[in-house]
Amino acid sequence: MAEPLLKVENLEAWYGESHILHGMDIEVREGEVVTLLGRNGAGKTTTLRSIMGLVGRRSGSVRFEGQELVGARSDRIARAGIALCPEERGIFASLDVTENLMLPPKVRDGGMDLDAIYTLFPNLKERARSPGTKLSGGEQQMLAIARILRTGAKLLMLDEPTEGLAPVIVQQIGRTIREIKERGFTVLLVEQNFRFAQTVADRHYVVEHGRVVDAVSNAELSGAMGRLHEYLGV
Amino acid sequence: MLEEILFQLELGLPQIVLGLVNGAFYALLSLGLAVIFGMLNVINFAHGAQFMMGAFVAWMLLNWVGIGYWPALVLSPLIVGAFGVLIEKTMISRLYKLDHLYGLLLTFGLALIIEGIFRNEFGSSGLPYSPPAALGGPPVDLGFMFLPKYRLWVVVAALAMSLATWLVIEKTRLGAYLRAATENAALVQAFGVNVPRMVTLTYAAGVALAAFAGVLAAPIYSVNPQMGSSLIIVVFAVVVIGGMGSILGSVLTGFGLGLVEGLTKVFYPEASSTVIFVIMAIVLLARPAGLFGRA
Repeated sequence: MAEPLLKVENLEAWYGESHILHGMDIEVREGEVVTLLGRNGAGKTTTLRSIMGLVGRRSGSVRFEGQELVGARSDRIARAGIALCPEERGIFASLDVTENLMLPPKVRDGGMDLDAIYTLFPNLKERARSPGTKLSGGEQQMLAIARILRTGAKLLMLDEPTEGLAPVIVQQIGRTIREIKERGFTVLLVEQNFRFAQTVADRHYVVEHGRVVDAVSNAELSGAMGRLHEYLGV
Repeated sequence: MLEEILFQLELGLPQIVLGLVNGAFYALLSLGLAVIFGMLNVINFAHGAQFMMGAFVAWMLLNWVGIGYWPALVLSPLIVGAFGVLIEKTMISRLYKLDHLYGLLLTFGLALIIEGIFRNEFGSSGLPYSPPAALGGPPVDLGFMFLPKYRLWVVVAALAMSLATWLVIEKTRLGAYLRAATENAALVQAFGVNVPRMVTLTYAAGVALAAFAGVLAAPIYSVNPQMGSSLIIVVFAVVVIGGMGSILGSVLTGFGLGLVEGLTKVFYPEASSTVIFVIMAIVLLARPAGLFGRA
């Protein structure tokens, strides 16, 4: 079998003195949507940030298209074709909506063009000149996702895109994720809401104390509910 | 009463126009400081020394290589900017993880060293530098006063450079990177932008602005090693009044305070050298973030 698009092995990471990841192992194959499930503080966000090169000290292996990236700087990791939509969304207040959208440089061909993005997110076109942070929470989340669709990155990492949003917006984000999967993007998604995860993902990893403790395919999910409730404490 | 004020004002117009010339230097220097502070969070105390280097490099180009004013106006900022790259790469970049104070101390030390070297080489009496032929000749008649062409040019050049800097920062893609990186540099880098290189070039650009002001100043003030340190104290007051890091704020405050200084020379000359500091104290009490700063 061909090497997966992303292969994370024995990844460890530290914030200052605190040791957060204790040997994460995950694989994401091209075209898949994979989620990391787990409680607050389990290390899901740190996993995404470590893959992106945003955590100071990390060891182990992060291979993307066969290329080792664990020691690389974040701008080189981005140029390799990985993009992050951070949990806090990271919309810039001093940039208007269009500037926010156009900010990430193109790293490769194959990104969505502006027309396709506006078709997916019509609000962003209407509010093109507003300051980025004047948008509603849902619109900011759309903007945060939209801006990494342009760049040609192959692997999109979305950190809790549904957090704190109204159900109707959550549904819209679900549709968006299915649409970008259809377009051939690969998605690594952090979620606490596994009912939502179930509607978009192919496979799930359960993360606890900085390592993967279980892996479930979406087909098995219904049968594994009891186990998941135990892990997630819901 | 009103008539008397108007009469005084008329007599004082020349002072006010000269205030505008000073304001041009305040604006250019505080603009460079604002650009550097916005991106690096470093208060560049070496700014005065870099201004002085700009003037000296123009003098050296003329007297050692025979290159005149107009090419020097471009070359000197490039040369001093390259020196800025060296300083940022070898020294300032090591301090970003520490408190702002360390950047300030480092650049303050650098300013003293640079000044000392120039004083040792060139003495402190000052070297002459003539304005270019095109801007020499008889002064321009403004109706109420004769203004040397060169001073008019200084105001125009400073305005044009300020406008160009503002346009680059507010209206271009590069400017969007800069504004975004000021808010969240790590995320901008995670989008694939080489932020460390951008920081280096931003410092170089701020330093080049100081050197540009230095070349403009060379024909007005004599070229001497202290020319920066006497000016920079006032410029820091201007920056505090305008608000640290605000581009438009530093330009408007620079010109505005030059005018205020000029007006003070007309109505109460005794206070003309302290008025800016008085305003600074008032602004600090009433609006600590500065007139244009974000609290």
